Amino acid sequence: MSAEHKTSLWGYLIEFETVDQLIHAAEKVRDAGFDKWDAHTPFPVHGLDKAMGVKRTILPYLVFVGGFTGLIIAIVMQWWMNAYDYPYIISGKPMWSIPANFPVMFELTVLFSAFSTFFGMLGFNQLPELYHPLFSAERFRRATSDRFFISIEAKDPKFHAEKTRSFADTLGGDAVEAVEEEDH
Amino acid sequence: MGTITVDRDDPIKGKPLVEAHHDFGSVTDAVCSVVEKPPITKAWWISFFIAGSGLMLLLAMIAYLFWTGIGVWGVNNPVGWGFAIVNFVFWVGIGHAGTLISAILFLFRQQWRTSINRFAEAMTIFAVICALVFPGIHVGRVWFAWWMFPLPYQQMAWPQFRSPLLWDVFAVGTYFTVSLLFWYMGLIPDLATIRDRATSGIRRFAYGLFSLGWRGSNRQWHVYERAYLLLAALATPLVLSVHSVVSFDFAVANLPGWHTTIFPPYFVAGAIFSGFAMVVFLAVPARELYGLKSIITMRHLESMNKIILATGSMVGYAYAIEFFVAWYSGNIYEQFAFQNRAFGPYWWAYWTMASCNVFIPQVYWFKKMRRSIPVMMVVAFFVNVGMWFERFVITVTSLHRDFLPGSWGFYMPTWVDICTLIGSFGLFFTLFLLFIRFLPMVAIAEIKGVLPQAHAGHGHEGGEH
Repeated sequence: MSAEHKTSLWGYLIEFETVDQLIHAAEKVRDAGFDKWDAHTPFPVHGLDKAMGVKRTILPYLVFVGGFTGLIIAIVMQWWMNAYDYPYIISGKPMWSIPANFPVMFELTVLFSAFSTFFGMLGFNQLPELYHPLFSAERFRRATSDRFFISIEAKDPKFHAEKTRSFADTLGGDAVEAVEEEDH
Repeated sequence: MGTITVDRDDPIKGKPLVEAHHDFGSVTDAVCSVVEKPPITKAWWISFFIAGSGLMLLLAMIAYLFWTGIGVWGVNNPVGWGFAIVNFVFWVGIGHAGTLISAILFLFRQQWRTSINRFAEAMTIFAVICALVFPGIHVGRVWFAWWMFPLPYQQMAWPQFRSPLLWDVFAVGTYFTVSLLFWYMGLIPDLATIRDRATSGIRRFAYGLFSLGWRGSNRQWHVYERAYLLLAALATPLVLSVHSVVSFDFAVANLPGWHTTIFPPYFVAGAIFSGFAMVVFLAVPARELYGLKSIITMRHLESMNKIILATGSMVGYAYAIEFFVAWYSGNIYEQFAFQNRAFGPYWWAYWTMASCNVFIPQVYWFKKMRRSIPVMMVVAFFVNVGMWFERFVITVTSLHRDFLPGSWGFYMPTWVDICTLIGSFGLFFTLFLLFIRFLPMVAIAEIKGVLPQAHAGHGHEGGEH
């Protein structure tokens, strides 16, 4: 980082070695009333959602809406194309024969549900986010391999540079690091 | 596998899914080192050269076909569907095991799937790419291939949605798209792992770009896991529907030998059967060559061999029922179609199919056979041969003797047909070799999740979960 860039404190990063340490620490951070904080793990840890107090995602509702949209599009498209805009007789079948239209209805329902699942997941997680202050911490590289982290952001209303630092020291982690962020 | 006792591998007793000496860091190392410092560059290059030559052959055959026309193939008047449709159904079927492993076994909480799902999903995608080549090139006037899609053009006409061929466009298209999303979503955390281990700027940039800035946040994991579950739940009925719709291409036609209601379940069972054989065929060399024996264990291979035995027997049942129904229907055309299938001019194709698919997998009743590497390679090879012949038998023997003897014919492939089939394997293996060279072939994050120490209160003592 070159000298002309000014930096300010983004937050604290606390490193843990085991799942147990992480979960106990997460409970403490939750109980301390922090809001802008997170845990970082190489794999989804069971019980951590509860320890952190993460609210259940509304993604399934979005997926339902997406799938329903796909179904409606499939019905309207097949009716409009084959029975209204350009009707033609095939083997004496009715112009608008619902059973023959079921497979495409099913497929478009699944297709639209899958799109809403994938893009909904990216949207709720605010991904892609190619730059993040945490990536400047060398130790954070192990968050995707074998270490567990808690980050507490300076943006949190309860955050206080010294008090939060000493609180972080009590969480039982192996190390606490102050993460800087470049000023815009 | 001398250190593993038989009991530890018994699926009922809940022994470790990966061998006990692994911790989080060693799983990362084992999988990532394959991508970072490939242990077998020479063998990889030789395989890549062979597979790439196959791909070139495919492209050359397609160019020749486009330049000259469909006449370079062996298709003729009674047999209008030849190798193109046989290869299409074969490749779509191969893909099914990947989705079964990634979605259906996930919903059933079969945790043994975690070591092989990435691998199998990649296989699905590459197999569906191979499959999609054939409907594209078999239409004759390829410059009109886009008429398959409901797009507006100057004739102001639309596709005919009462045709199973159009259902197929939607089914296979959806299947490919959903499989790709599912696979890519599973890759995101693992790409981030490789990004964070990268030493060169190019790797860091490339893996960083495709991992989308993933930072293992638990708030992200929460939505991610829910999304993964939803995609699994969507892919499950989808995979059952795809080969059902493919079977409608045949079953909806009023042709003896095709017009049967058993086709959808029979096709789905056959697809899973051939797909698992392909996974075994690819996983065995990969785990040997890349030192992943402690992650893809004998237990995984044995479980897959059990599925091959089960689905192979279902396919055998379907073959028997087809004959029974032909007799029971009292319809002479139906009866003739099946007599002709087993004892007519294509008897060799029928009995190749029956031997490879029904008789050979029966060796898996014996545990020793299920756990023998040479045996499983041979069986997997024959199952793939047999399943290709199944599609050949269904397509060609039903068509070649029409209702009137005056319109009987005989179909044999030309060299172009055969080279195109060989070339499609070149395409498949080229993609697969690139996959094992550049992407993590085992789902790193998922493997960590099934290690004993991944669970709170378990410490490092290992054991049941």
